[in-house]
Amino acid sequence: MTKAELIDSVYEKVGGFSRKESAEIVEEVFMIMKEVLANGSKVKISGFGNFVVRDKQQRVGRNPQTGRPIEISARRVLTFKPSQVLKEVLNPDRTEEDVGENTLSAF
Amino acid sequence: MTKSELVEAVAKNRDVSKNQAESVVNCIFDAMLAALEHGEGIELRGFGTFSVRKYNAYNGRNPKSGKVVSVPEKRLPFFRVGKTLKALLNSE
Repeated sequence: MTKAELIDSVYEKVGGFSRKESAEIVEEVFMIMKEVLANGSKVKISGFGNFVVRDKQQRVGRNPQTGRPIEISARRVLTFKPSQVLKEVLNPDRTEEDVGENTLSAF
Repeated sequence: MTKSELVEAVAKNRDVSKNQAESVVNCIFDAMLAALEHGEGIELRGFGTFSVRKYNAYNGRNPKSGKVVSVPEKRLPFFRVGKTLKALLNSE
């Protein structure tokens, strides 16, 4: 699925928007999310999942080809934590217990 | 930011009603959820990509009790951040 298909869905299902307006509003949704994440805040979409920015400290890694230690600079990374709903949708045959937060399968 | 705050921001920036903005935001995430449900990946230029990974069943341990538990096979969504957003996160 691409952004163009998302724009089509909005155009067809929401109604009231031209194709151009649908494209602009979909762009706006992701633009806002990007700005919020760029500020270091998280974005929580109930029923889908959370986008969380994490600060990573500087650490020493290794060049896997040469085995030489190299310094990996401090950086920010973005992680996505799927919601319980999304996990259940992907695993419809499993019981709630199986996909529960407190069981190993949550990892 | 929560989904309702996202809805408010979209409504304000695009000068549409909150109801319309909410329908758009719901439509987007419903469509994304459906794509993942069908095992389809999602590619959003500048933001990132989502894919579905299948994990085989394995025996794990409860980290608290140390007891062996069997973990059935499962599918999990996987998100990879896009280049533009990655650069934005580290732009200071």
